[in-house]
Amino acid sequence: MNEHQFDNANALVCNRNEDLDRQKGKNRKTVSTEKVLTVEELHVSFKTFGGEVQALRGVSFELYKGETLAIVGESGCGKSVTANTIMGLIPQPPGRIKNGKVLFKGKDLTKLSKAGLRKIQGVDISMIFQDPMTALNPTLQIGEQLTEGYRTHHKVSKANAREKAIEMLELVGIPNPEERLKQYPHQFSGGMRQRIVIAIALICEPELLIADEPTTALDVTIQAQILELFNEIQEKTGVSIILITHDLGVVAKIADRIAVMYAGKVIEIGEKREIFYTPQHPYTKGLLNSVPRLDLKEEELQPIEGTPPDLFAPPVGCPFTARCPFAMDVCDRVYPETTHLTKNHAVNCWLQDERAKLVFT
Amino acid sequence: MTQPALLSVIELKRYFDVGRGDQLKAVDGISFDIYKGETFGLVGESGCGKSTAGRTILGLYNKTDGEVLYDGQSVHDMTSKERRHFLKRMQMIFQDPYASLNPRSTVYEIITEPMQIHGLYKTKKEMRNRVNELLEDVGLSGDHANRYPHEFSGGQRQRIGIARSLALDPEFIIADEPISALDVSVQAQVVKLLQRLQREKGLTYLFIAHDLSMVKYISDRIGVMYLGHMVELTTSAQLYEKPLHPYTEALLSAIPIPDPDIEELRERILLQGELPSPINPPSGCVFRTRCPYAMQVCAELKPKWLEKESGHFVACHLHDEKVMARNDTIVVPELSQ
Ligand SMILES: Nc1ncnc2c1ncn2[C@@H]1O[C@H](COP(=O)(O)OP(=O)(O)OP(=O)(O)O)[C@@H](O)[C@H]1O
Ligand SMILES: Nc1ncnc2c1ncn2[C@@H]1O[C@H](COP(=O)(O)OP(=O)(O)OP(=O)(O)O)[C@@H](O)[C@H]1O
Ligand code: SF4
Ligand SMILES: [Mg+2]
Ligand SMILES: [Mg+2]
Repeated sequence: MNEHQFDNANALVCNRNEDLDRQKGKNRKTVSTEKVLTVEELHVSFKTFGGEVQALRGVSFELYKGETLAIVGESGCGKSVTANTIMGLIPQPPGRIKNGKVLFKGKDLTKLSKAGLRKIQGVDISMIFQDPMTALNPTLQIGEQLTEGYRTHHKVSKANAREKAIEMLELVGIPNPEERLKQYPHQFSGGMRQRIVIAIALICEPELLIADEPTTALDVTIQAQILELFNEIQEKTGVSIILITHDLGVVAKIADRIAVMYAGKVIEIGEKREIFYTPQHPYTKGLLNSVPRLDLKEEELQPIEGTPPDLFAPPVGCPFTARCPFAMDVCDRVYPETTHLTKNHAVNCWLQDERAKLVFT
Repeated sequence: MTQPALLSVIELKRYFDVGRGDQLKAVDGISFDIYKGETFGLVGESGCGKSTAGRTILGLYNKTDGEVLYDGQSVHDMTSKERRHFLKRMQMIFQDPYASLNPRSTVYEIITEPMQIHGLYKTKKEMRNRVNELLEDVGLSGDHANRYPHEFSGGQRQRIGIARSLALDPEFIIADEPISALDVSVQAQVVKLLQRLQREKGLTYLFIAHDLSMVKYISDRIGVMYLGHMVELTTSAQLYEKPLHPYTEALLSAIPIPDPDIEELRERILLQGELPSPINPPSGCVFRTRCPYAMQVCAELKPKWLEKESGHFVACHLHDEKVMARNDTIVVPELSQ
């Protein structure tokens, strides 16, 4: 039964069209090896009435120049807390960064003062959220909202800032930018608002853009427009992107690498194709098997039974143990070390241990 | 299909008054049949009228025009006794498992409420047994009955919502985005549960969702809505393999497929612009302002609802030979806007 599920996961891999195999790699871009960001062993907790929520329990990853890293995982696994920690947006209290570093341009962002952070926020690192309205001021013309940050950081004239704003609106595909500058957020549709938010996020030419579920609130046809926009912008500006999403289709479309999070940890990370075609963690496999495919006929969905663990008292061992069809005694007791499978592909799972092979043969 | 339809929706309209004499045409003349034991999927983007259609079919909203027949009887034309009986046969499951359960009631109270309204069980013991049975049906257990909704995860709450909708042993369930608020892995759990219940109890579903991948997985037939209109209707396999309407084509191509090799090679039809207002919908074909093939005639004439192949309906002039043969039809795409 257990082996069967592994087979199924592999079947998904083998089912791919042979023709496509040959073309594979055609569209792959080469990503630079220059690091933009290094996140090291982040531990972040929140004090609540029910106790301490251990939202991040040792999150590490690196981000290279010009790449898109997608962070995926179930609700509550710590995706937004990771993003907010990088951005310096964790409210303290109730939050507390207990351990770890966020290294950006030689500085540890977790150690910066408020003033130090403000020099970086929106300038070197920008963030966009799921709901564009949270980022826009309903009482200000969008022209002012666009130029506000730009003028304070670049000390340019109003006319120059206006020019830049028009250029940005053009970049994100808003027609008639001159007239649009004078309008208010409610005069735009949801998709247009998200474009404006992206324009605001990019106006200072940041090196890093963090997008937390940027298309979740949008319709698919509008989502397709926005994803296309991300690709174009990255090509033009070379910005590095951290994209948080639960939509594996979106990930397949625009990510270069993928980090899979579960219960406050990154349990698998790798290049996009490594994660989709040779996933190693049972959770990653489970996630891939639980989404229906528009382009395939009637394959059985295989849900992951159960729910993620409580982060008030997270398990000491692998947090997936209770839902894992392959769980062994050791899984519950000791957290698995990181196994490096290729240059970029790493996984934390006891099945990688030589001794596990004995159990499953 | 030769059997008579269990549900017939005929030219159904539902408008909302939105002040200043304006009317919002949320549902503007949709027609379809649903047969016993099948799952009919209703898809379309936000605001296209799916929920309004579902609610009007159940009689939660009055109709503006048209007809909804359930088992031959008009839903909007029932005595209160008939309506009570009808509501035992048809039930609805809602999107938000958080909002649709009363936080101050126990699971037991939530599930027994409809039974008490209908005075179904005489003794406490019978009622308790029924609740245990329902909870087990949806993959929970009798032990859960005395707990409150906030003690459950999203997926479990949706299971409670499903248990409640099954309390009266309905034949027909309208599921309005029952999984949209759930995590990917939990969505599959709930969908499999709905499929098992359908097999075991012979249920018929109207499954409303905007996620076409999941709708295709669960549905036998699918209707695609755009701005209050039904633009295409066919089997789920046919819809993916041979979409006829330009909107269906664009919708399918906009959905990213979770497979990088396939995804990177796909041609995408990027629709221009966004949804027009249902208060002032475009003349002729409602899709024409975003349609890459729009012709002059599309602005002038409302496309007919045509059965192109057996069971495959579409409303688009490109598929209407009579219109395409008219010598005043300008076939050259007039690029919209
Ligand atoms: N301000 C806060 N106070 C208390 N707990 C918090 C706070 N912010 C986040 N948490 C908790 O931290 C954990 C991780 O939350 P996070 O928002 O990062 O999840 P997520 O992966 O972004 O989920 P989603 O997909 O639902 O957005 C959750 O258990 C959440 O309840
Ligand atoms: N009670 C109401 N009064 C006025 N307008 C309404 C009402 N209910 C719905 N509408 C409008 O009717 C149109 C259709 O709404 P409906 O909720 O049916 O769409 P939907 O397809 O279910 O969308 P979603 O996918 O966002 O749930 C929308 O423009 C909506 O704003
Ligand atoms: S009727 Fe015209 S505008 Fe409407 S979908 Fe067909 S071609 Fe496009
Ligand atoms: Mg989040
Ligand atoms: Mg709805």
